[in-house]
Amino acid sequence: MKNLSVLTYLLKKLLRMVLTILLVTTIIFFLIRLMPSNPIDRYIEDQMVQYGISYAEAKNRAATLFSMDLDQPMYQQYFAYLGNVLRLDFGDSLLSPGVSVMEIIATRLPWTLFTVGGGLILSFIIGIVIGAVMAFKRDRWYEPIVTGIASFLSAIPDFLIAICLILIFGVVRWNGESTILPIAMMRGTYSMQMKPGWNTEFVLDVLMHGMIPILTYMLSQLGVWVLLMKTCTTSCLNTDYVTMAKIRGLSSGKVLFSYIGRNALLPITTEFFMRLGFIVGGALIIEQLFVYQGIGLELLRATNGRDYPMMQGIFLVMSIAIVVCNFLAEVLYAVLDPRIKAGGAAKNGK
Amino acid sequence: MENKSTYVTLSQSSGMKKFLHNSWFAITHDKAGMVGFCLLILIIVMSVTAPVVFPLDVESDPSQILTAPSAQHILGTDHLGRDIWAQIANGGRELLLFAALAAIIGIALGVTLGAFSAIIGGRFDSVMLFLADVWLSIPRIPLLVVLSGFFSLTSMKLAIVLGILSWAGLYRTIRAEVLSLKERDFIEAAFMQNLTKTHIVFKEITPNLMGFIAVNFSLLMRSSIYSQVSLVFMGILPLEQNWGVMINQAWTQGVVYNPKCIWFILAPTIMICLLIISLVWVGKALEDVCNPSLRK
Repeated sequence: MKNLSVLTYLLKKLLRMVLTILLVTTIIFFLIRLMPSNPIDRYIEDQMVQYGISYAEAKNRAATLFSMDLDQPMYQQYFAYLGNVLRLDFGDSLLSPGVSVMEIIATRLPWTLFTVGGGLILSFIIGIVIGAVMAFKRDRWYEPIVTGIASFLSAIPDFLIAICLILIFGVVRWNGESTILPIAMMRGTYSMQMKPGWNTEFVLDVLMHGMIPILTYMLSQLGVWVLLMKTCTTSCLNTDYVTMAKIRGLSSGKVLFSYIGRNALLPITTEFFMRLGFIVGGALIIEQLFVYQGIGLELLRATNGRDYPMMQGIFLVMSIAIVVCNFLAEVLYAVLDPRIKAGGAAKNGK
Repeated sequence: MENKSTYVTLSQSSGMKKFLHNSWFAITHDKAGMVGFCLLILIIVMSVTAPVVFPLDVESDPSQILTAPSAQHILGTDHLGRDIWAQIANGGRELLLFAALAAIIGIALGVTLGAFSAIIGGRFDSVMLFLADVWLSIPRIPLLVVLSGFFSLTSMKLAIVLGILSWAGLYRTIRAEVLSLKERDFIEAAFMQNLTKTHIVFKEITPNLMGFIAVNFSLLMRSSIYSQVSLVFMGILPLEQNWGVMINQAWTQGVVYNPKCIWFILAPTIMICLLIISLVWVGKALEDVCNPSLRK
């Protein structure tokens, strides 16, 4: 009976996820297809004016590029489009003809996942430790300073942190001779002369180039984890069951992990998975700053070049990542929180 | 129906006054709140007086390009030989107006939808809640980047778009708050008087939400400043004169690597940080009042 309620909870969430993805895809379809001066009409016009070809020919080109059959009625186009999305087929890129959007995304995505994901995991680990320590040392003199720095870091935009990092590491000559890092050599994902491969040289080079972006992501998210962990732990510390556990004479390690940690980790893991979703879409500016060849930079390039299939594909991938991660967060919540198994979930599910 | 609007209920007579009193208490009794409030006032005063006191250089001066700070130009000059301090002093006005406009639109939408959704309830409520969930899973900055491919965004258009885009997050907080207010006696009394839903939302509920609205106002201002500065930085918005644009220009001119005129990029960066921090601190001080449970 208990398992059944978890199952229905998860099924409900799964259904919700599928519906959300469907809605997002639909919105994008109508943005692309039905708006006045939509990209397809604009593309056809451009082709006719630029190359002097007939309307039918331009329309054919547009149809192959966007992988849509423009002669069909709208609802059939819509379903065909849904089918394409299901097969992750977003058509071909306009800027680099003949290359499918999915191929480009597949080559760009790992870089973004590497830097943003690395930054997220690092900030998560460091932030949780600092936050937990701060919760126990609430009466020390340095606690307000650490909390202040954390709230400062969580408030200011990430690219301002990036600019400050560049200034600190790459511009100011602290000892009067050279900068700490050769920042001008560190643009892009790896050095020009390098050949991608799994050798030490290349990995070191990649790490070198990814270092400042990762540091930026880490610092910009660190504050959130510190504050969140501190609040969660503090509120757990004051509860009756923790006092009770202490009175019962349980060891402090047992109290820390089984009574405080278990409860404090609930909101933290949820938040972690929520943020995991934003990995794919959260890196536009930093990637532009460091000319890091990730998916965000590709989206900017596509937007500047009016590469609509590309824009659409990347945007969809970004949204789907968020929806899927939200779903994972809810699944994990069900696993971690025994109260959901008791059946209360269906009512207070968000 | 005829004289329903003349009812004055207990809740609405005191809501606004209580809110003002509480906010004053919050700001004067919280150090960070006080500092933030003073900073914000300073920035506003500077923005208002700057056109008279520190007029912008309209002409470029080729002999004074990218100079270091000096007595004549206390923060040096930019790539066109214009004084940077004057740009800093004038750069906040547009940003503040923009953020305020976006926040007002966002608040209006969020409060109206959230309150009505909680009051009406039923199917309308669950559909709205689902829509808000969908809306929240669309990444904001990428969406704006994609939108900029369709529309030519100007700063004010962007404020409206941002305001509309930010309804979902606020909707959820307001809805939850109204759901708890709904259980209170005065709302029940209002229902029993057969007042219209519009009356209940705007005359009974909104005044009691002023604290939440103030907190979210500062949050929305902050996030819209972030969005605008990001978009400007990525070169998607047309350039007007504000701090974000200065950062963008300084960056594209490669000023970062030129320690002599580092203030060209450092000054607007610091100003944006100060503005955001002041908003955060004021917001936090207000939040402590609205959520007494968070008070130490």
